[in-house]
Amino acid sequence: MSSAIPMGGFVALYIFLLAAFTGWVVIGGVPAILHTPLMSGSNFVHGIVVVGGLYALINATSTTERIIGFTAVLLGAGNAAGGYAVTSRMLAMFQVSGHKPAHAGGAHAHTHPKPPHSHRVKKAGGAT
Amino acid sequence: MIAMIAQLLINATGVVAAFLFMYGLKRMSSPVTAPSGIFVAGVGMLAAVLASFLYAFGVDAETRSYVAVNTGLAAVALLIGGGIAFWSGRKAKMTSMPQMVALYNGMGGGAAGAIAAVELFGNRAHGFSALIVTLVGALIGAVSLSGSLIAWAKLEGILKKPTRIPGQQFLNGAVLLGTLALGGYIVFVSKGGETPLADAPRWIALFFGGALILGILMTLPIGGADMPVVISVYNACTGLAVGLEGFVLGNPALMIAGMVVGAAGTLLTVLMAKAMNRSVAAVLFSRFGPAAGGKKAKGAPPGALKPVEASDAGIFMRYASSVIIVPGYGLAVAQAEGKLYEFVKLLQAAGVGVKFAIHPVAGRMPGQMDVLLAEAGVPYDLIFQLDDINDEFKDTDVALVIGANDVVNPAARTDKTSPIFGMPILNADQAKKVYVVKRGKGKGYADIVNGLFYEDNCNMVYGDAQAVLVQMIEAVRGLGTHAAA
Repeated sequence: MSSAIPMGGFVALYIFLLAAFTGWVVIGGVPAILHTPLMSGSNFVHGIVVVGGLYALINATSTTERIIGFTAVLLGAGNAAGGYAVTSRMLAMFQVSGHKPAHAGGAHAHTHPKPPHSHRVKKAGGAT
Repeated sequence: MIAMIAQLLINATGVVAAFLFMYGLKRMSSPVTAPSGIFVAGVGMLAAVLASFLYAFGVDAETRSYVAVNTGLAAVALLIGGGIAFWSGRKAKMTSMPQMVALYNGMGGGAAGAIAAVELFGNRAHGFSALIVTLVGALIGAVSLSGSLIAWAKLEGILKKPTRIPGQQFLNGAVLLGTLALGGYIVFVSKGGETPLADAPRWIALFFGGALILGILMTLPIGGADMPVVISVYNACTGLAVGLEGFVLGNPALMIAGMVVGAAGTLLTVLMAKAMNRSVAAVLFSRFGPAAGGKKAKGAPPGALKPVEASDAGIFMRYASSVIIVPGYGLAVAQAEGKLYEFVKLLQAAGVGVKFAIHPVAGRMPGQMDVLLAEAGVPYDLIFQLDDINDEFKDTDVALVIGANDVVNPAARTDKTSPIFGMPILNADQAKKVYVVKRGKGKGYADIVNGLFYEDNCNMVYGDAQAVLVQMIEAVRGLGTHAAA
């Protein structure tokens, strides 16, 4: 294995420890309203696995390795690209007040027709 | 020399990518900065993928003759996999986000498993620890792949009912033990990774087969209501598998990204399970079923269902001073979010204070209701989560429950035999008046009788959510013109 960065098991454990702590803290601060995009976003982040697939495929020597490596890249690329597409679409929709959200998708714009009168809501009037 | 420079570039890009991922996730913690967060992470991903092609300059002498073919194949796989997934992600409806996330997550798990397979079949995992880590990553990745695909099929409606076979837990345990034993055997025949695995491909294939079957068996018995937790668990699993394979490949970017997701996914799982008042173990080992068996014995609660016309309900809300709306997945099924917001704007114009109350597990995924409301254009400052709004119901004139059921079922507070007992619910029943918009008299997704519907202060508005809201809007608009005339 022509390992990219040689590291001992303990260095790896330190990396894992710090990364896990980072993930825990960063996600802990996210409001519940963003949980779906967040799960989707973290789903996108582990799409980095495609890089491992590329490494495996480029270094493949047998047909078996090549087929499995090809599958790895195919699936990893799907993970990354699909995750990005759905996450960015969802996040683009969150707006603080009456602005028409910019629809990244546009496949179902018919589900929320613009009201005939362009009556912008000010915020929850008297709701608080 | 070129190989060294290439490796240096790859490593540097890895550092940048790892930073951008964490920075991007951090930016996702607020709706204001979130869209830029995913963009930042996307830049990191793109850079890392492009830099990976530099691996072609660093291959062993024996691989050199294959490099052109391999690199071409890599580009093809990247374009096909990425292209199809990107296109499907762009096209998917917002209501089908949970299954899309499950699908992409399964792909990630499969990729991690496949990388492990290349390492194993290609005799690349040398040394005891590398071999063990590869096998563990392979197991988790394969379980995540098949489990996520089952979750996807369930959410997509391909698999309708939870499938339980007698002795399910023993079978699952047996498959798990069998797979672990195969893994142990692989370690044994390779003398702890010292000798090549040339004789073991059959065992490796069996090992992967066992892991895939385990994922299927684990997910099949789990009911649809628990799918959000399952997706979150598999999301964490894929992250973990990616991190472990990153260690085997000596790629810290994979290790960091994978482990960040592993931890984040675990935290999300815990938060979700807490919101449903179920332990993660209870979800995974499918203890939902037996408890739910007792429900049929109980008859309808005292009281009666009191249907009213949508127009009357609409006018009543027009003259209320405060309304809290509890939307559920049924609203999204009827594609009525836009109409709902139109109605809300009418109420607001009439001076009614309107808020949305979102249960943590409303929808098929935590936070999905927020996404669907955002899609309809509802500003997120109108949207409140359970803890922030639950005390306000008792001072509220009307609670309008649309397409939600289990999340407002008082049985969760009182009925110890109910399968949802202990789940925090929205206190819609404490409002002075409750309207429940419902398609028919059926039960909710979790198939449990809802006593709220029989309460004195509750009226049912039967009909498709979209049609009901149109009637409400017309009724309130009608008032407006009369007043003007």
